[in-house]
Amino acid sequence: MTPEALRVRGITKRFPGVVANDNIDFALAQGEIHALLGENGAGKTTLMNVVYGLYKPDEGQIFVKGDPVEIQGPKEALARGIGMVHQHFMLIPVMTVAENLMLGHEITTGLRLGPLAKVDRRRVSKEITDLASRYGLEVDPEAHVHQLSVGEQQRVEIVKALYRGAEVLILDEPTAVLTPQETEDLFAVMRSLIEQGKSIIFITHKLKEVLAIATRITVLRDGKVVGTTEPSKTTEAELARMMVGREVLLRVEKKPAQPGGQVLIVEDLQVMDARERTVVRGVSFSVRAGEVLGIAGVQGNGQAELVEALTGLTPVVAGKIRLMGREVTHARPRIFTETGAAHVPEDRHKHGLVLAYPVDENLILQTYYLAPFASGFNINPKAVDANARRLVREFDVRTPSIETPAGSLSGGNQQKVIVARELSREVHLLIANQPTRGLDVGSIEYIHHRIIEKRDEGVAVLLVSSELEEILNLSDRIAVMYGGEILAVIPAEQATAERVGLLMAGVRETPAELIPA
Amino acid sequence: MDDVFFVGLLSLALVKATPLALGAMCGLMCERSGVINIGIEGMMLIGAMMSFLGSVLFNDLTGGELPKTISLLVGLLVAMLSAGLIALLHARLSIHYKVDQIISGTVINLLAVGITNFTANAYIDPNHLAGVGVFPVLEIPILSKIPILGPIFFAHQPLVYVMLILVAVVQYALFNTPWGLRTRAVGEHPRAADTVGINVLRTRYINVTLGGVLAGMAGAFLVLQSVGRFQKLMTTGRGFIALAALIFGKWTSVGALASGLLFGFSEALGVRLQLGDVNELQALTLLSGIGIFLLGLVWLIAKLVRGKDDKRSLALVIGTPVVGAVMVASGLLSTFPKIEIPIQFLGLLPYILTILVLAGVVGRAIAPAAIGKAYEKQ
Repeated sequence: MTPEALRVRGITKRFPGVVANDNIDFALAQGEIHALLGENGAGKTTLMNVVYGLYKPDEGQIFVKGDPVEIQGPKEALARGIGMVHQHFMLIPVMTVAENLMLGHEITTGLRLGPLAKVDRRRVSKEITDLASRYGLEVDPEAHVHQLSVGEQQRVEIVKALYRGAEVLILDEPTAVLTPQETEDLFAVMRSLIEQGKSIIFITHKLKEVLAIATRITVLRDGKVVGTTEPSKTTEAELARMMVGREVLLRVEKKPAQPGGQVLIVEDLQVMDARERTVVRGVSFSVRAGEVLGIAGVQGNGQAELVEALTGLTPVVAGKIRLMGREVTHARPRIFTETGAAHVPEDRHKHGLVLAYPVDENLILQTYYLAPFASGFNINPKAVDANARRLVREFDVRTPSIETPAGSLSGGNQQKVIVARELSREVHLLIANQPTRGLDVGSIEYIHHRIIEKRDEGVAVLLVSSELEEILNLSDRIAVMYGGEILAVIPAEQATAERVGLLMAGVRETPAELIPA
Repeated sequence: MDDVFFVGLLSLALVKATPLALGAMCGLMCERSGVINIGIEGMMLIGAMMSFLGSVLFNDLTGGELPKTISLLVGLLVAMLSAGLIALLHARLSIHYKVDQIISGTVINLLAVGITNFTANAYIDPNHLAGVGVFPVLEIPILSKIPILGPIFFAHQPLVYVMLILVAVVQYALFNTPWGLRTRAVGEHPRAADTVGINVLRTRYINVTLGGVLAGMAGAFLVLQSVGRFQKLMTTGRGFIALAALIFGKWTSVGALASGLLFGFSEALGVRLQLGDVNELQALTLLSGIGIFLLGLVWLIAKLVRGKDDKRSLALVIGTPVVGAVMVASGLLSTFPKIEIPIQFLGLLPYILTILVLAGVVGRAIAPAAIGKAYEKQ
């Protein structure tokens, strides 16, 4: 048996109203990748914040290399060789990589003036470059953090932990923000770290990743440990059941589509981004009633701008959009809504909800001016109230009350509020952009179920996602976007992960294989 | 319109810029660590009164036997301490009790007006306290003998030099020392600073309090190095102009000094023109001509250095210095009619400049990201 790097025994952490961690036992062996799997709110991050000294546990004991320790704060955790890469990066955007890495334990040179001595940038930069190359990580110590991509920033975070002498690395949902390619790169880095004797705790709720990289898997649910297992002894379905506590349908059951008339027709559409670069270059497609058209593609290939154009949020440079037989190319967003388009936006915080508004008001964001919610100048609170109660029940939104600000709900429930709002109107077209990003298995299942239900009711669905699995699972036809163009439109039964994956990477197929849109 | 006029004007500009730069550095310390400080005005006012009381009472207590400079130094110290204490109150309110920082700053301003007016009415005026005097001019040997530059930079009272040194030290320290890195980290992303073991609250407390000490120095300047006695509400908005200088200077001390000099210059000009010995129209034409010429020159250089990125049109970049030069030439060559500009209007100059600068000229300055938000540990 390899020695233990870290163990927690009987950890309990209570917050007002909830027990976030309930008597948790967990051990990390030297040189392993131990996945901590659980839905949002299962207590994974809380447990790691306890280990990292950000929270004080109410009960329980932490052992580092077999010795009982009390960790009062991050500084002490770092001193004991525990480093953490947070889900939301803990980097100062306006500072350089080197400055970020030395922050808190600066190395100085010249006169010994304490906090007013000169920091030794050159030495720190050299140390960083040496360290990073030892683990096959590439970072530029002089670069400013805000200039780096998300993947690069994550690498900086890992180097930061190593630079502080971390032996145990806690990675909190590291893949949530990464593209598939970046995820592969991260896994390669993780393997190289293990080879050099580091130990990793990998927090996630993505089943495939766990099976791909973990040595052992511990599943948390409702603050308790459900069990510990190994990838070779388990399956996705079993892990999902452990996480959610019931059988989960990972594949969406669906009948064959029965497409009707064309609801949305897009012809030779061109759109520019905020920096006035053409990012959608002459895209044409159509979506019919009762089918799901999936748009696959790595993020940043024009999907976001395409969706914004299709909802009236961004002006169209050239081309045509027809919705329900009506020309809406240059229409305002309200016209789209009134013509029967629903939009589940990519960023639910920025574009989906007004976080400070209560749930009931978020549910009438586009219809507040219509009966029964409005009469003349006034909002009719009774109708707003009744609408909210009905939708919260119907869409199973877990909220303390309909007066609760949307911002204080969990991600899954926020998404349900948006879906409830969008689908409660009379809808002919549903545009869903990354509808399940950052959600847990249970919520994903629910959202997928709702999308298929709408399809079967005869709604045309345009699903945009960078999760290949989601696209393959839900779509009846798949369009792959790359570099602002649609490279191919494939019927679902002819689509395989490999074929779509290659197209997503920009590899064009020979014309013989192309099936016209 | 000779050398003496300009040298006197620039020298006076530096003097007038001193309390602004000190006040702006107070704001810098606070805001770089994430605490908005609109209470600079109040802190300066407290500093001004306490420097007066400190120096006068110490002088009385010692029976006036010690040299006056000692009493003045004691006054300065008392001013710094008491403004530091008031700043500590701001820190306590906004960091510990998480009072909205704008409200907390307003509290400081109102409190300072109340305290100083009350003290003046109840104690200073009835007792007819007279000031001890002002700091003497310290001419720096050799340097002050340099023609033109000498009298502008090296023949001042001591606080001007202190200010210049502090500006350089703060500028260097903010970007090159552990203190600077931590302060900026706490002002940009306090949670990140917390995760690497920096004590966010303590860092903010220290910075706000030290900032108050600087504001106290700015207030003391108005008494000990200028008029020699305390007058009610004598800061007359300088704390707010200092805040504008801070923002105009993009939250750096050198930038704050530069904009402080701009405001100081316009104040000095207002004061100088009130003497009535020069033709106001001629002076204004000449000086705005110089200003426009210099602005155009800066644009031209920026355009040449940056090349294509610079979006200003060539006509504007070349036209501006030409217009400036023409104004200077006409200011020197033509004779201007003598007209009376009311003194009050000349006194308005610094305030008009503040409005103009804040309304338009200042580019997009990016404030520290976490500014104005109380930090809560989870």
